[in-house]
Amino acid sequence: MTMQPDRWLPKLVLSPTLAASLLFVYGFILITVALSFTESRLLPNWEWAGVERYVELFDSERWWTSAINIAIFGTLFIALSMAIGLLIAILLDQKIRGEGFLRAIYLYPMALSFIVSGTAWKWILNPGLGLEKLVQSWGFPNFTFDWLVNPDMAIYTVVIAGVWQSAGFAMALFLAGLRGVDSEIIKAAQVDGASTPTIYRRIIIPTLRPVFFSVTLILAHIAIKSFDLVMALTGGGPGTATDVPAIFMYQFSFSRGQLGLGAASAVMMLMTVIAIMVPLMYAETKSSG
Amino acid sequence: MSKLSRASIYAVLVLAALYTLAPLWVMLATSLKSLDEIRDGSLIAAPLAPTVEPWLKAWSSACTGVRCEGLKPFFWNSLLMTIPAVLISTFIGALNGYVLTQWRFRGSEVLFTALLVGCFIPFQVVLLPMARTLGMVGLSDSIFGLIFVHVVYGLAFTTLFFRNYYVSIPQDLMKAARVDGAGFFTIFWRILMPISGPIFVVCIIWQFTQIWNDFLFGVVFAGADSQPITVALNNLVRTSTGVKEYNVDMAAAIIAALPTLFVYIVAGKYFVRGLTAGAVKG
Repeated sequence: MTMQPDRWLPKLVLSPTLAASLLFVYGFILITVALSFTESRLLPNWEWAGVERYVELFDSERWWTSAINIAIFGTLFIALSMAIGLLIAILLDQKIRGEGFLRAIYLYPMALSFIVSGTAWKWILNPGLGLEKLVQSWGFPNFTFDWLVNPDMAIYTVVIAGVWQSAGFAMALFLAGLRGVDSEIIKAAQVDGASTPTIYRRIIIPTLRPVFFSVTLILAHIAIKSFDLVMALTGGGPGTATDVPAIFMYQFSFSRGQLGLGAASAVMMLMTVIAIMVPLMYAETKSSG
Repeated sequence: MSKLSRASIYAVLVLAALYTLAPLWVMLATSLKSLDEIRDGSLIAAPLAPTVEPWLKAWSSACTGVRCEGLKPFFWNSLLMTIPAVLISTFIGALNGYVLTQWRFRGSEVLFTALLVGCFIPFQVVLLPMARTLGMVGLSDSIFGLIFVHVVYGLAFTTLFFRNYYVSIPQDLMKAARVDGAGFFTIFWRILMPISGPIFVVCIIWQFTQIWNDFLFGVVFAGADSQPITVALNNLVRTSTGVKEYNVDMAAAIIAALPTLFVYIVAGKYFVRGLTAGAVKG
């Protein structure tokens, strides 16, 4: 009678995970959505408030600073990481001696916490003793680099640190994609007299479409997680100049005791992720299926 | 290809490698300098009179907020949190992957897709209810609470890893084993476990890196005594009593990075495989 438990055992084994997902992912999302429609301040207060929290959110200048910042950071971070990653991957694909060693170097930042890399870049970019002083000592006494403390430019320091950390990852994914390209097609093109750049532009890069999708998806995911990096690098400052939605949500929910507003900002973050991910995944399944 | 263009390819690649290494070098060099040498010397110069003083201070006496015991207690917190969370989430993920590939039932693919959503949500959308729940069951501000949270939100990824690995195992193997009278757990232990070595390594490394490096859950759910090292590092850098000690900051940052860097150096191949495995499906 050994077969008997096999009917229900698999389902039993899977059930704790499913229950956890149902409660802690789906259930909690619903609770957060519900909270965002209430009068909650310091404590949850289930009095219905309609869309008041959202009106409050959209009236908040700080929220718009955060939204614009994540748009700037997200776009530049994704575009630059991809461009650099693809370039390095193509160069590495030219039968390079020491490829494995170079690859290991490009990828090590991915093993670091954003808090660690934020701390490192905060020191490197600090205007007093960091990069600014280094370049001045190289014979450019008038060189200034104050982005870290300049409210208009500080968000770009987050881009610098983020791209430094993630470009290698994009490179690894592109390289894996390049290695998957059928070498027969490339040989045929070479026989036809096509130059290397043309082969890449016309033949190889178009076949990497699915890789572009997954790289975009992963980088977008990292961009949304940028909370850690911003916290370590600028702490949202100077002032509120580098706030991103994740910091807004954290501040209002856990420091300022505005649960309803915090929940509303979290819901907006989820909506943004859905608005970006769903079309991308739809396009990906459509093109591959 | 001409000699010149090959030379320029190497030049670009080497420059990129130097750029990638530069922050690590600056951190290391700064952490071994005295404050005077930092003020007078160059950012990228090697330390002239190396000192381990900043490292000792970062480890055992630097202030992280009100406490001045260095990173040591928080390093152990991170270890106590990470090891159980990694092992539990990996083990459950292995069983889930086994069920989802070898014991499929009606609706199991739909359930798997529903589970995957957990990989994509911004965690902000679950923080408030989770903080409340941990408070209600008495786990807030504790390492147990953090272990629980990391297991719950790590399961989607660990299940994904094992499912994608086990999906290529032929069903015939399973059928033969079942005809021989092997049950659910016997098949798992005797047939799947012996061939699961690589995926366990990939999954454990992935989870270890994710959980050790986590900041969000740590800063939201940990109490003063259960903070992981990332939160303590951030506090250490922000706590300034008079002179800003960049050398101590850098030593602290390297200490916080050492475990994951070590794993990367000894098992980089598996680390990369985890990154790309997560990406293929992600």
